[in-house]
Amino acid sequence: MTEQHKARYTWGGDEFLLVEVEEDMSLQANFTVHGMAAALEAKKLDGLVDIAPGNAALLIRFNPDVIAPAELESIVKSLEDELRSTPPGVVQTRVIEVPVWFEDPFTKETMTRFREGFHQTPDGDDVEYGAQVNNLSSKEEFLRRYYESPWIVSMVGFVAGLPFLYQLVERDQQLVVPKYLSPRTDTPELTLGHGGCFGAIYAVRGAGGYQMMGILPAPIYQPEMTLPDFTEFSVLFKPGDIVKYRPIDETEYYSIKKECEAGTYKYKEIPFAFDMGASLADPAAYNKKIVEALNGA
Amino acid sequence: MALEIIEPGMSTTVQDRGRIGYYKYGFPQSGSLDQYSATLGNRLVGNTPEEAVLECTYIGPKFVSNADAVIAITGAPVDVFVNDEQVSQYEQLHLHAGDQVRFGVIKGGTRYYIAVRGGIDVPKALGSRSTYPIGRIGGVNGRILQAGDEIKIGAPVDNGLRDVKVIDEADRPVFGKEVEVRVMMGLYDHYLSDKGRSQFLDEPWTLTPVADRMGMRYDGPGVDWAERRRPFGAGQDPSNIVDAGYAVGSIQIPGGSQPIILHREAVSGGGYAQVGTVISADMDVVARSAPGTKTRFVSVNMDEALAARKAYQDQFNKIWS
Repeated sequence: MTEQHKARYTWGGDEFLLVEVEEDMSLQANFTVHGMAAALEAKKLDGLVDIAPGNAALLIRFNPDVIAPAELESIVKSLEDELRSTPPGVVQTRVIEVPVWFEDPFTKETMTRFREGFHQTPDGDDVEYGAQVNNLSSKEEFLRRYYESPWIVSMVGFVAGLPFLYQLVERDQQLVVPKYLSPRTDTPELTLGHGGCFGAIYAVRGAGGYQMMGILPAPIYQPEMTLPDFTEFSVLFKPGDIVKYRPIDETEYYSIKKECEAGTYKYKEIPFAFDMGASLADPAAYNKKIVEALNGA
Repeated sequence: MALEIIEPGMSTTVQDRGRIGYYKYGFPQSGSLDQYSATLGNRLVGNTPEEAVLECTYIGPKFVSNADAVIAITGAPVDVFVNDEQVSQYEQLHLHAGDQVRFGVIKGGTRYYIAVRGGIDVPKALGSRSTYPIGRIGGVNGRILQAGDEIKIGAPVDNGLRDVKVIDEADRPVFGKEVEVRVMMGLYDHYLSDKGRSQFLDEPWTLTPVADRMGMRYDGPGVDWAERRRPFGAGQDPSNIVDAGYAVGSIQIPGGSQPIILHREAVSGGGYAQVGTVISADMDVVARSAPGTKTRFVSVNMDEALAARKAYQDQFNKIWS
């Protein structure tokens, strides 16, 4: 039976419609959001200004002089109905390997500046706190869980090019960490952060409230558009991209940085057909397939 | 021709009507914060509404024009000097090559605009000349102005309209110390308790100095949240949501203490519940507020918002007729 639009529809002033597909984060909700965004985009409606798919909600900007709010709402509702009655298919995407220097000195230095009044554990560090609140025996165990299973880019936003990432594991396996008590005014560029169940890579330096896990050597946003990954567009990640972290050490961090300066660095990536049904049915087995496909390439 | 920047001012940027269509990649709209004031400047110098202008914050730049130029200063009230002689705002000003322009102390509001016949000619980035400093794009090398910058001016355009030398008093914006800002409640306003809702709508709020192109933070009674289940993945604060896109003009209240209006250069999304959105017609009113401005948030419905939008557009069209 068709489920009639169960999402929550609400106006953001006279130019925005927010469609909250689910209150809770889940892979299904995220797929519905992106499915609706793609279907709406394909309609090429007059008066549609911008579509910004979030993790579990879709934000639509429209020009009410061109399309009446009620008309837009009814179009989006029928798209939702169609999507909810269609079983999840296979999405053509890619797997990108992202090198990360976990527990690097740059984010550690920043932590020391934002402790008392900012952090839950003024005397501890962010990774240690992550292990502790997830009842894991050690930092190593926490980080192993962090990079062993792949993640999916569930939203791009906050600042230019910043990806939100959701780990492709069952809900009871999700690593959930509170955000800082009060946001930092500074976060090093390319910090890998974690807040709630989401990872985020800070595309540029700036404020932030996510716990800091490590740092990337290579840009994910390059307005100069000189590196091979950025010749078409300054932003690397798209929603639906699958990310597999690879832990690196100081030596490799600096050698990748050198490649970036030389203008030659390119992220390792493979095309991949992502099957949400298979991923949800047996995440561990499906993640193994993803990693094997990447390593076999 | 070019403007040679001797002193850059506090935070002067190139802005136009904004960068639309890249929200899904995290690029904010940007553009002049007070669009109406900016458009008055373009009208005075004979441009179209599309030309880029300089947006000045509190302290404007000191500059020399290296050629004859037509300029206008609009927006917040401020003393304007050409070669140390005081001149008027909201009027066409004719500069000779070598003339120097500088500003005195701002007397209200926050931002004023320098429009130049031909417009500020910087390369467009993603369809707009507006500066987005965090993303290092638009404007002059993606940043605020610096001393020594040479700001290129474009060739004059023909807007096909009669020449306007002065903006009528009645058409000039008001920079008040007490304002009403119309909002449409919605988005995540069910996070508020009944008490929280009346705290937000019935009590006055005061704009704090923590106000810039990204957001304006208000001080007041704070708000109470309703008792709710925390959504999975959102975080532990009662004001946390699963991260989603933010409407331009939406109002969030992290921790329940100080409402923040997200303006045209705000982050494009995040994890704080927004309780409503400033209607499009009143975004300029917010942009004109100086710290200390007493503000009341007045709840309107969609029909009222659209009527206000129409009135705003009628005024805009009147200027451009």
